[in-house]
Amino acid sequence: MTGTTNPAKGKRPSFFRRLKTDITRHKAVYVMLLIIMTYFILFCYWPMYGNIIAFQKYKPIKGILGSKFVGLENFRKFFSGYYCARLIRNTALISLYSLVFGFPIPIIFAILLNEVHNIRYKKLIQTITYLPHFISTMVICAIIIQFTNSYGFITAAVNALSGHSGALISDPACFRSIYVISGIWSSFGWNSILYIAAMSGINPDQYEAAIIDGANKFEQVLHVTLPGIRETIVIMLIMACGRIMSVGWEKAFLLQNELTYETSDIISTYVYRKGFIDSDYSFSSAVNMFNSLINLALLTIANTISRKVSESSLW
Amino acid sequence: MKKNHSYGDGGIRPTNGEMVFYRINYLVMTILMIITLYPMLYVVFCSFSDPNEFAITKGLLLRPAGFSTLGYETVLSMKMIWLGYRNTLVYVFVGSSISMVLTIMAAFVLSRREFLVKKVVMWLVVFTMYFGGGMIPTYLVVSQMGLTKTVWGVMLPGCVSVYNTIVLRTSFNAVPATLEESARIDGAGDLRILINVVLPLSGAAIATISLFYIVGTWGAWYNALVYLQDKRELYPLQMFLREMLIEDKTTDVYLTAQGGKASNQHLIKEIVKYCIIIVSTLPILVVYPFIQKYFVKGVMVGALKE
Repeated sequence: MTGTTNPAKGKRPSFFRRLKTDITRHKAVYVMLLIIMTYFILFCYWPMYGNIIAFQKYKPIKGILGSKFVGLENFRKFFSGYYCARLIRNTALISLYSLVFGFPIPIIFAILLNEVHNIRYKKLIQTITYLPHFISTMVICAIIIQFTNSYGFITAAVNALSGHSGALISDPACFRSIYVISGIWSSFGWNSILYIAAMSGINPDQYEAAIIDGANKFEQVLHVTLPGIRETIVIMLIMACGRIMSVGWEKAFLLQNELTYETSDIISTYVYRKGFIDSDYSFSSAVNMFNSLINLALLTIANTISRKVSESSLW
Repeated sequence: MKKNHSYGDGGIRPTNGEMVFYRINYLVMTILMIITLYPMLYVVFCSFSDPNEFAITKGLLLRPAGFSTLGYETVLSMKMIWLGYRNTLVYVFVGSSISMVLTIMAAFVLSRREFLVKKVVMWLVVFTMYFGGGMIPTYLVVSQMGLTKTVWGVMLPGCVSVYNTIVLRTSFNAVPATLEESARIDGAGDLRILINVVLPLSGAAIATISLFYIVGTWGAWYNALVYLQDKRELYPLQMFLREMLIEDKTTDVYLTAQGGKASNQHLIKEIVKYCIIIVSTLPILVVYPFIQKYFVKGVMVGALKE
């Protein structure tokens, strides 16, 4: 607690005395606090405590207190298992490809959109390109599957052009491309919002000064627009790096099938299968905990770097 | 292109090079719009196509292949579509309301200016954004509370978004302290201040966050998958979509029960799937143009740091 070591001893009443006065004066606030904390304790902190089963051989009948502790046995089983390397590789590669191909596109899009001066046309472009963000993941995945299954028109087109045969969605070699390309399709517009906002903060005088100095369009982008959104780009990039091992669960889960596990099985889908299909609760929790800790570490590193480079950070 | 096309605020006539750039840029933007829209248009075209003609059509469609409303007739006669819609509407209304009440409370508590335990509470709330209990421990807790196979299992876990809480808190913080003080002098308590001062002044943020929750609940299905299990009568629409579109299960059974000709069953099935996509997305598409700007605002507020 913050107030237990009160520097102004003697002058102000103790922390608990002040807390007591505050509670009697603001009952409603503390009732709300109680409700909120109940929610967070029940649905966030109690499950966090439940993570103990990752170090146990958990049996539902015996409960957490009665189950046998096995130390790091579950983690050892995962790291020495056949799937460990494959899962880490799949998870990392999916985000790496999404990052390399998906990161620059919203920036380029925002820069080009910034050069559209017809306001109504600009609004139209924004409305249309933001649209896929509002369609549920389920429907997006259904559309992807419809287009890339054996009847799908994308399958037909790709097969005709490349000599590939069979449905794209059942080919492990195509999974990452499908995942990454569809991800770019559904999010490039939406992801450009922050860049567009940053650009609107650039002083128009800077462009005028650049024009008077004889800068052409390309030079204006290079010397005015890009420096103006540099900070946003840096923060977004660092944060994207911090999330490299936390690939969204839903989309991979919906798009994968047994034929493509070789490339489509990522840590979170494996955690789901081990836990809910094989009912191997402890093992599943251990794998999930390993992933969560890595994510937390990566995000902390990213945040620290972000704070150093740009003075803005998540916490 | 018009001659007096002005550049920015300067009103300087664009050079030839710039004209070329602008034209190419408009072209690129138009292509991007087509790329974004076409997949959805394609789904619309397919949904109105005639099953037999659709089967022999190859390549891109620019209009429905033949015309038939057979798909839509089939979809609208499917019980699970209606059931799913009804359940989803309940989850959207009740679930989003619960989320809103809790989020407003959290944001209000955290926006108090002099609050002794603010730092600790803030830390406890924000920490859950970066580290969680994980699928299985959360499942075990929810089932210990007896929420599995109930609507509460669908609506309660994860119903408070920390991100939304912080966005709303930012807006609450912007309410001038003087207003609050004068209300206090008039004898208003905390609850009255929240309802009569803070909330009316945060209308835009409240609207934005409600919409975040509504769209979120509309598309949610993880809780239903894990906590409802085989309790099909409580499934939200998205779960039925998963069965029919992703797992490709029920449409077979359903169509056979319909007594359609066995020979073109799989053809009708494809059309039906496209119709399901349209029927299940229509509400969002209808309201989307009106709610879009609130979302954009929400994203920008969330990006602002204190």
